[in-house]
Amino acid sequence: MTAPGVPRLELRGICKSFPGVLVNDRVDLAVMPGESHALLGENGAGKSTLMKIVNGVLAADSGEVLWDGRPVRVTSPAEARRLGIGMVFQHFALFESLTVAENVALGLDAAESLDHLSERIRAVSDGYGLAVAPDRHVHELSVGERQRVEIVRCLLGDPRLIILDEPTSVLTPREALALFDVLRRLRGEGRSILYISHKLDEIRVLCDRASVLRGGRLVATVDPGQETARSLARMMIGTDVPDLTQRRAAAGVETAPLLVVENLDVDRDDPHGTDLRDVSLAVRPGEILGIAGVAGNGQNALMRVLSGERLVARADAVRIAGTPAGHLRPRARRDLGLAVVPEERLGQGAVPDLSLAENALLSAYRHGGLVRRGLVHRRQTHGFASRVIHAFNVIARSSDSAAGSLSGGNLQKFIIGREILQAPRVLVAAHPTWGVDAGSAAAIHQALVDLRDRGAAVLVISQDLDELYTLSDRIAVIAGGRLSESQPTHAVTAEDVGLLMGGLFDSEGGAGTAVRAESAPARMGPSKGGPADVA
Amino acid sequence: MWPRLEARPERSRVMVYLTPLVAAGLTAVAGLILFAALGHDPVRALTIFFISPLTTSFGLTELIVKATPLVLCALGLSVGFRGNVWNIGAEGQLILGAIFAGGVALAVGDAEAPWLLPVMVCAGIVGGMLWAAIPALLRTRFNANEILVSLMLSYVASLLLGYLVHGPWRDPDGFNFPETALFGESALLPALVEGTRLHAGALFALVAVGVVWVLLMHSFIGFQVKVMGMAPRAGGYAGFSQARVVWLGLLCGGALSGLAGMVEVAGPIGQLHPQISPGYGFTAIIVAFLGRLHPLGILVAGLFMALTYLGGDTLQIEMGLPRAMTGVFQGMILFFLLASDVLIHHRIRFGSGPARSRASTRTGGA
Repeated sequence: MTAPGVPRLELRGICKSFPGVLVNDRVDLAVMPGESHALLGENGAGKSTLMKIVNGVLAADSGEVLWDGRPVRVTSPAEARRLGIGMVFQHFALFESLTVAENVALGLDAAESLDHLSERIRAVSDGYGLAVAPDRHVHELSVGERQRVEIVRCLLGDPRLIILDEPTSVLTPREALALFDVLRRLRGEGRSILYISHKLDEIRVLCDRASVLRGGRLVATVDPGQETARSLARMMIGTDVPDLTQRRAAAGVETAPLLVVENLDVDRDDPHGTDLRDVSLAVRPGEILGIAGVAGNGQNALMRVLSGERLVARADAVRIAGTPAGHLRPRARRDLGLAVVPEERLGQGAVPDLSLAENALLSAYRHGGLVRRGLVHRRQTHGFASRVIHAFNVIARSSDSAAGSLSGGNLQKFIIGREILQAPRVLVAAHPTWGVDAGSAAAIHQALVDLRDRGAAVLVISQDLDELYTLSDRIAVIAGGRLSESQPTHAVTAEDVGLLMGGLFDSEGGAGTAVRAESAPARMGPSKGGPADVA
Repeated sequence: MWPRLEARPERSRVMVYLTPLVAAGLTAVAGLILFAALGHDPVRALTIFFISPLTTSFGLTELIVKATPLVLCALGLSVGFRGNVWNIGAEGQLILGAIFAGGVALAVGDAEAPWLLPVMVCAGIVGGMLWAAIPALLRTRFNANEILVSLMLSYVASLLLGYLVHGPWRDPDGFNFPETALFGESALLPALVEGTRLHAGALFALVAVGVVWVLLMHSFIGFQVKVMGMAPRAGGYAGFSQARVVWLGLLCGGALSGLAGMVEVAGPIGQLHPQISPGYGFTAIIVAFLGRLHPLGILVAGLFMALTYLGGDTLQIEMGLPRAMTGVFQGMILFFLLASDVLIHHRIRFGSGPARSRASTRTGGA
C-alpha cells in the first residue's frame, strides 16, 4: 500500500522539554517497513520520552511525525492504535486479580464478548508460539508470561509498527531468546519493530539498524552488525568505556567469614512476597559474593533480613563478624560493622525532600560526632556529606541540595559513598548500578572493588549478569526463595547462571547444554524500583 | 489561552511560606463576597472581623489569651503530624488536662498552697498524656487507626467532663448549675497585666515554642520523626522505630494539650464547666498546618486564628451576625490553604510555550 522506500514511521526534528530539561533535541528517525530498528541509549538519553511521543502519550513541542509518508498528529494512544502503532511497555499494566482475557478486554477501544476475545487471543498466541491461556489469572503467571500477555494484547490490534521498551529487562536469557524468535517472525510478516534497549549484544543479534541517542540528541544511525559492542558503547556514552582495574588474586579461603547466613527460613510477610527456604551463604573478608536472580525471587526478603528491617527468631541464622545478629535491629548491626545499600534509592536509601546532609545522617548517625547528646551536630553532618560528595564525585550544588534533585547515578554514588565512608567491615548492596549511567556505574564498581581490596566482605545482589561477572569473586543464584551453592566466577558460564535463574537447581549437565545462548543477552534489570526513566 | 499548572522540578521553598499568606488573602476576598451576599457592607464587616479587635488593649490581651491554648495544642500536634501520626484528639486531651488539674485544685480548695500551681501543671500534662496514650497503645499494639480513636476519645472526654460537673464535682452552693466551685486563689495563674485576663499561661506557650523548636529542628529524635513522616521505608532502613515515633507524637500532643487545658481552667475560667473549650483542640489542627508545622509559624498562626474567635464575637455584638462566622472563616482558611498548597509543587503558566529558559542547563537528565 505504500511506495517502496517510504518509511513507515518518520520523525523530523522532534523537540520535547520538561521543566528545566531538554529531553529530545531535534531528533530525526526513520523506520522502514519490515525493519527492526533499535533505539539505543543510556538511561536518561530520551528514548522513553521519544516513544511516548510516537505513541501519543506525550505531545512534542515541535517537529513532525510522518506515517507512511503522510504527516499525522498522534494525540492519544487510541489514535496511535488506529494508525497501527502498538506498544509493549517495560512496566506491565495488568491487574493481577483478573484473567488474561479480562485484562485484554480492559484495553480495547470497543466492547467485545469475552468468549469471542478469548478465541482471538488463542488464535494470535498459537499463531506466534506465544503460549498464553486467556482464562488464567494474571497473578498465577510468571514475568515472562505476563510479557507475552502484553505482546498478545498489542498484536490483537494488528499493528504495523511494534514498539518494545526494554523487553528483556525482566526475562531470563532463555525467555529472551524465545522473544527474539517471535520478533523475527513479526518482522518477516512485514511489520516494523522499534526496539528500545541499552543492551548492545542483543541489538547486534536482532536489529537491522540502530539509532543512538545521547543527551536527547540523535548521535548516529548505524548498522549494528558492522559495529562492535565497544564502538556502540562509545557512541552511547561519548567516551571510551572505562576498564575496571585488574582483579586481585582471589582472597584467602582460610580466613573466617565476616557475613554468614545459615539455613535461613523466612515466611513471606506480604501476600506477593517470596518465602526464603534454607538459604545459606558466607562472605569472607576481601571477597565479593554476587547473587544473581530475576526480581521477585526472594531478594527483597533476603535484603530485609540482612539489614535488620526484618528480624528472625533464630539469632544464629545471621552472623556478622562472628556475632549472632538475627535478632538485632539495624542500628545494632551497624555497630557490628554492617553497611547496607538498599534496593530503592528514593524513599528507602534516601529521603527525596531532605538535603544531602540530612540524608547522610540517615544511616551515618553513629558515625563520629554527627549526633551529640541527642542533638544533631549541624556542621559535622554537612562536613560528612561534603566528604561523600567530594570523594565520590557526586554532582550536586552543595550538601544542602535535596536528594530528589540529583540524577539517579549521582544519588546512587552518594548513597554508596555514605556507606563506604563509614568504613564498614561488611557491605550488602542491592542492584548497585540499576538505572545508573555508565560513567557512574564504573565509579561505583571501582568503589566496591576498592572496599573489597581493603579487606571488607561485600555482598552484591543484582540482576545484571555483566555486573556480577565484572565484580564478583563467587556467584550464587537465587530463584523461588532458594539460593544455589556459590561457585568461583570463572567456573560458571552465563548459560549456567541463566538456567539456575529459571529455578533449575537440581538439573544435571544435560539441561546445562540444551540451550546455547548465542552471544547471549546477559544483562537484566529489576522490574521495579528506582527512578522513572523520564525527567 | 487558559493558565495551566505545570509541575516544578523541585518543590518551591518560597511557596511553602507564601501559601499561608495567599490563603489568608483568598479568605478575605471570599469573606467580602460572603458579607455582600448576606446584604451587609462587606468592607465594614471585614474591618470589624479582622481589624477592630486589634485596636484596643483589651482586644490585644484577649488575643493572646485565646492564642495561648491554640499555640500549645498546635505545637504538640505538630510533633505527631511531622511523623505522620494523626492525633485529631487534642480537644479531648485538653479536657482531660483540665479535669486533672481542676481535680487537684478542687481537692485543695481555698487553702494557701504555693506548690499548688506546679502540681496542677504536672497533673494537666499527665492527664493529657494518659488520654493520648490510649490511641498510641492501640495503634502500636493492634494497628488501630489513631485518627478515629483519638477523635472519638474527644467526645468521651467531653461526656466525662459533663458527668463530673453535673454529678460528683458539682458546686453544692451553685444553684444546681453544672459547674464546680471556683478555684482557690492559689490555684489561679497570676495575671501578667493587672486588670486584664492576660495570665502567666502565655509564658508557658512561649517556652513551649522554644522547647518544640529544639526538639523538631535540632534533636536526633526530631530528625527520626521527620524521616518517618516523609519516607517510612527509609526510616526502617535507617533503623528508626515506628512505634517510638507514634508514642512520641501522641504523648507530645497529649502533654501540651493537657497543659493547655490546665492553663484555661487555672487562667481565664477559674473553675470547671462543660464549655471550657470552644473547640481549641480542633482549631489547633488548622493552626498547626497554617504554621507549616514549624514552631514559630505556629506562634503566628495561633495569633491569627485567635483573631477569628475575637472577630466572631465582635461581629455578633456590632452587626448581629451569628457566632458561626468564626467557624466559617476557620473553615475557609483551611480550605484555601490546602488548595493553594498545590503551588508548592506546581507553578501557574500562561500560554502554551514550555519552559525553555532553563532548558540548556541540563540536557541529559531525562
